[in-house]
Amino acid sequence: MDTIESTYQGNAPIVLPKGLTWPGDEMQIPDWIYTDPQVAALEQERIFLGRHWNFVGLECEVPNPNDYIRSFVGAIPVVVARDADGAIHVFENRCSHRGAEFCRSYRGNGERFVCPYHNWTFDNRGKLVAIPFRRGVRGKGGMPDGFDMGEHDLRTFHVTTHNGVIFATACSDMESVEDYLGPEVLREFNTIFPGAEMKLLGIHRNTLPGNWKLYQENLKDPYHATLLHTYLTTFGLFVTSNESNVVTDQQGRHCVLMSRRPQGRPEVAKEEQADMQAFRQTMQLKDQRVLDYFREVDSPWTGSAITIWPNLSALRQQNILNTRLIVPRGPNELMMIWAVFGRATDDEAMVRHRLRQNNIFGPAGFLGIEDNEALKFVQDGLTRSLPRHGLAMLGDDREPVDTIITERAIRGMYRYYRQVMGF
Amino acid sequence: MPATRAAFRAVRADVEEFLFEYAALLERGEIARWPDFFTDDAVYQVVARDNAESNLPLGLIYAEGKGMLQDRAYALIHTEMYAPRYIQLRMSNTRVIAVDEPYITAETSYLLLETLIDEPTRVQQTGKSFDVIRRVGDQLLFKERKCVYDTVLINNCLVFPV
Ligand SMILES: [Fe+2]
Repeated sequence: MDTIESTYQGNAPIVLPKGLTWPGDEMQIPDWIYTDPQVAALEQERIFLGRHWNFVGLECEVPNPNDYIRSFVGAIPVVVARDADGAIHVFENRCSHRGAEFCRSYRGNGERFVCPYHNWTFDNRGKLVAIPFRRGVRGKGGMPDGFDMGEHDLRTFHVTTHNGVIFATACSDMESVEDYLGPEVLREFNTIFPGAEMKLLGIHRNTLPGNWKLYQENLKDPYHATLLHTYLTTFGLFVTSNESNVVTDQQGRHCVLMSRRPQGRPEVAKEEQADMQAFRQTMQLKDQRVLDYFREVDSPWTGSAITIWPNLSALRQQNILNTRLIVPRGPNELMMIWAVFGRATDDEAMVRHRLRQNNIFGPAGFLGIEDNEALKFVQDGLTRSLPRHGLAMLGDDREPVDTIITERAIRGMYRYYRQVMGF
Repeated sequence: MPATRAAFRAVRADVEEFLFEYAALLERGEIARWPDFFTDDAVYQVVARDNAESNLPLGLIYAEGKGMLQDRAYALIHTEMYAPRYIQLRMSNTRVIAVDEPYITAETSYLLLETLIDEPTRVQQTGKSFDVIRRVGDQLLFKERKCVYDTVLINNCLVFPV
């Protein structure tokens, strides 16, 4: 069977698109990485089809034999399917005949995918199993004699799973996903995905008129949390005096923001309040159940927001558990697919608790609205105005991990990005 | 169900009047009064159609009780950052499904249009609402309001409720 092979050549000469140069100062990020179509095309090749594990979905989205979902590797539409034996396959959502994107439902169950144009039929491993009129009609027409069905399967990706999370890669000699995450990130990853059976609660989908990297940055940026998200500070979920850690992998591409919610109402120093617009220490939610936290993992942290390069964010915040799949759609837009889940052992009360708490996230969530709006503002500024490099200069690269007013993780990500992209 | 066609139409007229007042309030941006259209024990949900049809319970918005609606209203007024916008909430094709006093079950199509500064008007959401409305004296209140939206791929974010 055909496997999509990475087209990235490690030694390929590096050609920066004409007229573009990376600024000499490490604290600066050039704005053309968010807007240039050539850069976006190169990212597909070097990042999403390169030496990386792409997140494509959760096993609880395809719990039964022959279940499938639509998904994406980078910008490429794929199908994630579980075969009758339980194995998971990821293949292009593109007919090997004329190229039609054949799978048109968000999710379903079936052993066969029939391209509606000429009924070429594939199984859920991506194998071509039937071509109508292959021998023609009354001895006329049809496929040439030498036609080999086996050479026209759907192109598949290499697949791995870790505790219910499905990853795909075009690279044939990838390290294990555990090695890819690294020990520090893996430890926190396993508090969200301990291997306990997961139960899908539903999917949110939204577009966002911003470059996909802005979303990676946003979740590597603890600086914005209390400034943009005053819901957190107003209702006492998070303040800068909370104990927090910002941990990255060795290469700086993955990141974990961990935080511990204070018991009871948080205390905020006077000088901090002055810096945090609209802090309302006295506010109480009318319905306090939304803030309830039922300890369900063995971790000192009540929340952890993880970004896995290039396209996954996984979140545990109180009893909210979700993944976000980042799908680039050209330089100026991304699509976000949120999978929200609980545990198979949840009783009805726990499911409802999670549903209530999930008002905080998603594209109508108290934090979700703000992140999406802020990133749209950034892209508007980048595309409409005069070129100017962005700044990421807060903090220090050798600072202790409990520093929160920092852009260390963003700088680290772009060091790695430059290496992969050859900029 | 009401005995006569005229009585049935009178119920539909009551429901429409109630829905139109609700839409007008949201269009005026009087979000602080939005929870007043609900009973204390109301359940309010905005659910993507594909989730609804797959029996997945996740809500884009999921509120049990008026308190949660008041908390959302407070957040929208005082804590949330979003670009200013005008909204138009069109409601049509109201059908009264059942009347079991004091409860009325009705279905209504809706269309939410959004207009941001320097941007053309866009469809933010369209779908159908499944409402259980309670008559309290001469007033109607939502006991249940479930908005199931076809616009599964949301344009950035839904700021104001439908
Ligand atoms: Fe945020």
